[in-house]
Amino acid sequence: MVSAFDEMRGTDGQVRPAYRELSAWLAGVKPDVLDYRRREADILFRRIGITFAVYGETEAQERLIPFDVLPRILSAAEWQTIQNGLKQRVRALNHYLADIYGRREILRAAVIPEDLVFRNPVFRPEMNGQKVPHNIYVHIAGIDVVRVDADTFYVLEDNARTPSGVSYMLENREIMLRLFPELFSRHRIAPVENYPDELLATLQSVAPDRASGEPNVVLLTPGVYNSAYYEHSFLADKLGVELVEGRDLLVKDQIVYMRTTHGLQRVDVIYRRIDDDFLDPLAFRPDSALGVPGLMSAYQAGNVTLANAVGTGIADDKAVYSYMPKIVEFYLGEKPILKNVPTWCCREPDDLAFVLDHLEELVVKEVHGSGGYGMLIGPMADKATIATFRAKLKTSPRGFIAQPTLALSTCPTCVDAGVAPRHVDLRPFVLTGRDQVRIVPGGLTRVALKEGSLVVNSSQGGGTKDTWVLDG
Amino acid sequence: MLSRTADNLFWLARYVERAEYLARILEATQRLTAMPLAYIGTTNEWASAVATAGCANAFFEAYEEANEETVTEFLAFSTANPSSIRSCFEVARANARAVRTALTGEMWDAINGTWLELQRYGNGPNSREEFGRFLRWVQESSLRYDGSAYRTMLRNDSYWFSRLGVFLERADNTARILDVKYHVLLPAHEPVGGPLDYFQWTSILRSVSALTAYHWVYRESLKPWLIADLLILNNQMPRSLASCYENLVRYLDHISHSYGRQGEAQRHARTVQTRLENSRMDEIFQHGLHEFIGEFVADNNRLGAEITQQYLA
Repeated sequence: MVSAFDEMRGTDGQVRPAYRELSAWLAGVKPDVLDYRRREADILFRRIGITFAVYGETEAQERLIPFDVLPRILSAAEWQTIQNGLKQRVRALNHYLADIYGRREILRAAVIPEDLVFRNPVFRPEMNGQKVPHNIYVHIAGIDVVRVDADTFYVLEDNARTPSGVSYMLENREIMLRLFPELFSRHRIAPVENYPDELLATLQSVAPDRASGEPNVVLLTPGVYNSAYYEHSFLADKLGVELVEGRDLLVKDQIVYMRTTHGLQRVDVIYRRIDDDFLDPLAFRPDSALGVPGLMSAYQAGNVTLANAVGTGIADDKAVYSYMPKIVEFYLGEKPILKNVPTWCCREPDDLAFVLDHLEELVVKEVHGSGGYGMLIGPMADKATIATFRAKLKTSPRGFIAQPTLALSTCPTCVDAGVAPRHVDLRPFVLTGRDQVRIVPGGLTRVALKEGSLVVNSSQGGGTKDTWVLDG
Repeated sequence: MLSRTADNLFWLARYVERAEYLARILEATQRLTAMPLAYIGTTNEWASAVATAGCANAFFEAYEEANEETVTEFLAFSTANPSSIRSCFEVARANARAVRTALTGEMWDAINGTWLELQRYGNGPNSREEFGRFLRWVQESSLRYDGSAYRTMLRNDSYWFSRLGVFLERADNTARILDVKYHVLLPAHEPVGGPLDYFQWTSILRSVSALTAYHWVYRESLKPWLIADLLILNNQMPRSLASCYENLVRYLDHISHSYGRQGEAQRHARTVQTRLENSRMDEIFQHGLHEFIGEFVADNNRLGAEITQQYLA
């Protein structure tokens, strides 16, 4: 495998400008100071209550995501490129969704295959011809970006449904400000703390036109047993909006209300952190106890905004991903600023043949998988696992895509043996309102804490870092 | 605010208050049972503690005998008892998590910190000393939660519903002690009671942290009818029934003013408060202390049901 690009030391071992201060500071800091700060961070996180649930683990129902105290630093110029690319990509995603549920020009132009849309379980026929408020589908997007050298950033994945992780971005910064005030005074770091305000402004801007006065925004959570519940409560708190569960809402005459201590109160915008399937038992899964009966009827009547819209899965599906460069060009007439990772679509016979021949080198992902589950990393897998995937690929090639094993960039990270490079990715959050697109500089950096590991998912032993975008 | 949120806040406050009360009962009982029998008589104080905690039936379903070991386990650490100190803190924290956004950071910190610390105590302490520390810690945790609520919450309906939980639970607790111990509080000319009761009296006062307060208020040696007066009618005493109802009425009024309408809960609370205000201790004794307390407990439960129906369901 090619050696990875280190964001502090580059490829030639010379400290890169953005890391100059941090590197100097690291050279002078005593190991026990770092150790002490690590422990302090752990205590702070536990007290604040940032925990996440790992599905399938009964005893560790509440676990901390490991936090690495060394920041990941991006220069202003690097960020500018990423930001432009993100805005472009999310603009294209919104055009694409409006088109798929509308005139379907992209299908008529045969830019993407029809069955990719119509035979996709995340396609929502209920949304056909349905107007959504202000024609925005993806209000909150989490775009996963990885880096392979000084100049190349790839989009690894688009998350257009209910992306999570932003609470870690915010809390990581708070913890770092407490632990390392001296490091902050040595840098000019763009703030992220305004994210909740930007989010609220975004959500308020997309209220239905008929909503009167100050629109009533709520955050809909599946409840305390959801793995991201902490984040839901954290965001509702910062936004100053009610955190509601399905049972707190009801629909009367196609209008959504919440049950309060002084009667029913109308709801205009629902920032929902519940999957489409569970939103409304009358429209989708009838066994869902999490949703609100009749919600879809209120939505279809234009009386409430759902953020994100219903049916956005058809934009972030891994099979659709491989067509994103074409999608960007089709709607915007521009070349994508952020590249896609070269992707073999196993539905295409040629691609499948290539993939089967090179399984030992490739990463194979399930089209509908997430969280790093159900993934093959060829170079690290044993023969038996490869054989299993070979069989799976042959029986249901449409369910998979494959990508080269990328040498993700590394960042200095505190590990038991001291400071060592570890692979990272980045999830910035892109907010699309009626008025403008908002992005706070940075995002959530995830780090694979195990040496050599490329899997950054928190459910698989990944950790997080504070992400600094230098301001000039 | 959301009804569910208000309900959670209300019960969160109740559970924390209940945990503190259980710790006080256990502390007082431990103290009383450490004395030679000649001073306290032969009543089973551990059985009485279970009765005071209001869970005698559940206890005797699970255990043959009420003694230090079984009662301590049941009231403090049992996971089978939904009203043990452990269960109270577990439920309180689960409620807090469900309404994380309605709490201030300080309140969350207090209840979450308590819950984390609770895990360290495991299934019980190894010694009486350690148990003593545990009981004090429980009381301090309650003070910390209550103090954070008092000092950091906005004075709006969240705060008022949380306060309603505190005072409804507190009234119930004080009434329950009186209900179990009423026979030692009857005036001296009554047949029950006697010199043995002195330490029972101090024990009652300790259970509601009122021993020092008694002396400041009455400047007399302990008299059972004055103790009853302190716990029932004296509104200076923060755990007295009168004081609890003064607060319940006040917070219910805040809510009704803010929402622009009142209901059964307000009317009922005022009726109970008026009765307490207009009562004199000698009349209560004449009427029968036990009957008076019994009616009060029923009235207090009714208020809980009315609050639930009016706002929380």
